Amino acid sequence: MRSPSPALAVPAAPRARRRPSPLQLLLILCLLLAALALASASSGAVRIPLAHLADLWRTPADPQAAFWRNVLLEVRLPRVVFAIVVGSGLAISGAVMQALFRNPLAEPGLIGVSLGGALGAVGAIVLGAQSLAIIAPAAFVGSLLATGAAYRLGTVQPGVANLLLAGVAINAICASVIGVFTYQATDVQLRNLTFWNMGSLAGANWSMLAWLTPWVLLLSILLIRDWRALNALLLGEREAQHLGFALRRLRHRIVILCALLVGPLVAVAGTISFIGLVVPHLVRLTQGADHRWLLPITLAGGALVMTLADWLARMIVMPAELPIGIITAFIGGPFLLWLLTRRQG
Amino acid sequence: MLHAESLACARGERVVLRDISLTLTPGKLLGVLGANGAGKTSLLATLAGEIPAHGGSLQLDGRALHAYSTAELARRRAVLPQSPSLSFDLGVREVVAMGAYPFGNLPASRLETLIARVLALADATVLSTRRYLALSGGEQQRVQFARVLLQTLAARAEDEYRVLMLDEPTASLDPRHQVQLLQGVARIAREEGVASLLVLHDVNLAAQWCDRLMLLTRGACVAQGTPREVLTPENLETVYGLPAQVIPHPAQADTPLVLFASRVEA
Repeated sequence: MRSPSPALAVPAAPRARRRPSPLQLLLILCLLLAALALASASSGAVRIPLAHLADLWRTPADPQAAFWRNVLLEVRLPRVVFAIVVGSGLAISGAVMQALFRNPLAEPGLIGVSLGGALGAVGAIVLGAQSLAIIAPAAFVGSLLATGAAYRLGTVQPGVANLLLAGVAINAICASVIGVFTYQATDVQLRNLTFWNMGSLAGANWSMLAWLTPWVLLLSILLIRDWRALNALLLGEREAQHLGFALRRLRHRIVILCALLVGPLVAVAGTISFIGLVVPHLVRLTQGADHRWLLPITLAGGALVMTLADWLARMIVMPAELPIGIITAFIGGPFLLWLLTRRQG
Repeated sequence: MLHAESLACARGERVVLRDISLTLTPGKLLGVLGANGAGKTSLLATLAGEIPAHGGSLQLDGRALHAYSTAELARRRAVLPQSPSLSFDLGVREVVAMGAYPFGNLPASRLETLIARVLALADATVLSTRRYLALSGGEQQRVQFARVLLQTLAARAEDEYRVLMLDEPTASLDPRHQVQLLQGVARIAREEGVASLLVLHDVNLAAQWCDRLMLLTRGACVAQGTPREVLTPENLETVYGLPAQVIPHPAQADTPLVLFASRVEA
């Protein structure tokens, strides 16, 4: 080997940023999440003093302790767990979509999952459904149908750009039909509709979380297992194929996994925007785009951001609460603008 | 071996390749030359199993190429397409390590050895701690070259037949790195018995490094053989539409040196 020329040997010191190791970052995020979850669980209309947390169980007979324990276990904890599950699910599907479309601005909503789900829910509400037992399945079916349509029509021609355009078209159709439904809705129904349009974590309860949590966990694991294929996709579609990933099958699998992951989330929490866009970005900025680490860290990051957003949603107008989609959009919008201007600079 | 017999290929209505026959021999470099739009990239894509052949036969080790799965093919041939585009933030080592993806979980020590070897072959060792997006075009090209080298060298069986296909690999490289790249390809061809196909524009670089050359015009093969047999003024004028002189290379015996006319006849 010849020694490298002097010009090349100069280290790129000014450009190199110090990055925490992926494992360190994951650990930090998990610790932050734990602290935030505790803070969020303790605050609200009823303040539960964290200092006495252990006492709540040591004095089972004390009525105040029993009340706090009840609020904590039946109201706050399900809510926090719900935020963690929804946030991590939305964030990881955003990261995966961005790899699939090779575009940092992609998010699960692009293939119709969110608006399709909202259409299903809004349709069910306006047609008279009142219980979540009907509305949630309607939302799920809506998101699967919309995604299925976008996928089928978008892959008639090869190339991922067509899938994106089909998604845009399907979303436009869904939005217009939602508009029609909204126009026809009664006042009571309108209040219900805002839930689906802006998202809410108010529906948290253990029986729903008992199936949602393992479901999101399972699909997240399946997506993380594809980290090599997702990395290869970043190189390009031909390159991914040269590296042994059958492109059509891979795209098919990723779209289906994302729809199965996001569909139920929309069904129980409505459409919550920007988490899938913002969180993977932040992680990429600190950690790079290697999906082996990007995906697990995105899970933790999504959980963290969503828990924070939920906390804010409950604190700002206490004792009422803001729809959480307003908070995430309020953070996400400016962030996106910053990202766009930063790229040009 | 990868063997094509009267291969034909069409993209939509347009026939882009007709009656191409070739064999990629272990340890040998085949250079493909031709004007823009002559079908060089289509030939490479067809041989890589990326677009289907519409006529003739195309076999890898006696079995039809389309009978191989995408994953199986990736363990037998590596491809460096023209101007790869990667716009996400990855480290150089992460990009190079992707060459090992078709082989599942390689032992970490073996992967490290391989990465060090291909980085050295591509003269990219000094780049190994950098971020890919912070590199210049030529440096990115060398990193991508290292990645496909890794894919070629990571094969499990020592004597397994493997193909390396490079589409204009020297396009954005300076003269030193052009020579270094071809030297690297020739070296792993010799040491590992890798069969190589290179699409090139620099006729003299091709003459110097390739064992055989194929000249393409409008999807058809004009001539195939050793550089001395193929690089004649008549063939070159047919292929490039530009008069050329061919003289013996002053420094290297047996290598022809092509001098193209300095102006195009109106």
